[in-house]
Amino acid sequence: MTAIDNAPAIEPPRSPSRPARKRGVNWEKWGWIYMRVSGVLLLVLIFGHLFVNLMVGDGVHAIDFGFVGGKYASPFWQVWDVLMLWLALIHGGNGMRTIVNDYATLPTTRRILKGAIFVAVAALILLGTLVVFTFEPCPAGSPADLLPSFCPVG
Amino acid sequence: MTTATIAADRPGNADPSVIPFTVTFIIRRFDPDTDTEPRWQDFDVEMYATDRVLDALHKIKWEQDGSLTFRRSCAHGICGSDAMRINGRNRLACKTLIKDLDISKPIYVEAIKGLPLEKDLIVDMDPFFASFREVQPFLIPGSKPEPGKERVQSVAERARFDDTTKCILCAACTSSCPVFWTDGQYFGPAAIVNAHRFIFDSRDDASQVRLDILNDKEGVWRCRTTFNCTDACPRGIQVTQAIAEVKQALMRGHA
Repeated sequence: MTAIDNAPAIEPPRSPSRPARKRGVNWEKWGWIYMRVSGVLLLVLIFGHLFVNLMVGDGVHAIDFGFVGGKYASPFWQVWDVLMLWLALIHGGNGMRTIVNDYATLPTTRRILKGAIFVAVAALILLGTLVVFTFEPCPAGSPADLLPSFCPVG
Repeated sequence: MTTATIAADRPGNADPSVIPFTVTFIIRRFDPDTDTEPRWQDFDVEMYATDRVLDALHKIKWEQDGSLTFRRSCAHGICGSDAMRINGRNRLACKTLIKDLDISKPIYVEAIKGLPLEKDLIVDMDPFFASFREVQPFLIPGSKPEPGKERVQSVAERARFDDTTKCILCAACTSSCPVFWTDGQYFGPAAIVNAHRFIFDSRDDASQVRLDILNDKEGVWRCRTTFNCTDACPRGIQVTQAIAEVKQALMRGHA
């Protein structure tokens, strides 16, 4: 049993052939977690959105400028829609990025496609957020029957 | 010549299990010396219900076309040499019984996908074993056992990684993974299974090293949970579950 002590020293295990991951934020990991968390939140947000817009009250027939204007006058629906906008666009953009990673092999193609996805997502988020928070529900000089009920007449 | 064959040759024997029937095999052939592209070739083989796909390949090689090339060693589902795509699914030829396949139609046999094709049913396994080696699939203990004693482990501790000890490195899972087909850098299910085997081993002290390796861009986060690997595994390992357990360990930060 003493042979173990006399055994020749074994070389340490070979070092990995690819460099170890750099320190810092692990985007792959957080991307993976984001997809799951945002997926669950979006299930609630999107079905809530569809229910309120299409089922409650007059349903789909109620949707007009006044209906949308009325919704955006309430901070609750502003937050709801902005959350939906950001979560859905980043979720979709990250999914598209994954598909590019999987199926585009040329580095230039990958860069162009990922750049296009990023620009599209960023532009839509910016525009959407701008609309939700700067929406004017009572534009001056519009006929009262097209406007939300709380608008001052005249 | 087996006794079953002799019995079948005898007239008047009505046992259906020893009556041979003809099965058509369509095999994807590739000879690097003469072919530029793989081609499909069909063979009609006399088979018994108890035969396996590997027996058909043997019959073709020994009786019809000696140039048919494939790997096999133990022929009993242990060595993991004869993984191939049978009717579009990754299976071991030595564990796939003819009676379990629909023989009213031809049986398609081709090499596993995602690894470089060398000849007929043989692929270059080097990239597969390279990613296996990268996860350091050997015990790395932090301390010496008591002199003259083994490293003690409880039944529960052993059961924690029992499923992933069954891997025979046949590459059926890795070569069924759509991410591996398109992204050759991905570690692949087999490497992650073998990392799982040591990450959750209570005697091993380098699980953090392996978790760091699999936390890579081409590591476990590439997995899309398509379950192809679990379906392909001839040993019945819950491969996708093992990958998910590694993901959870990475989120916890420890095994």
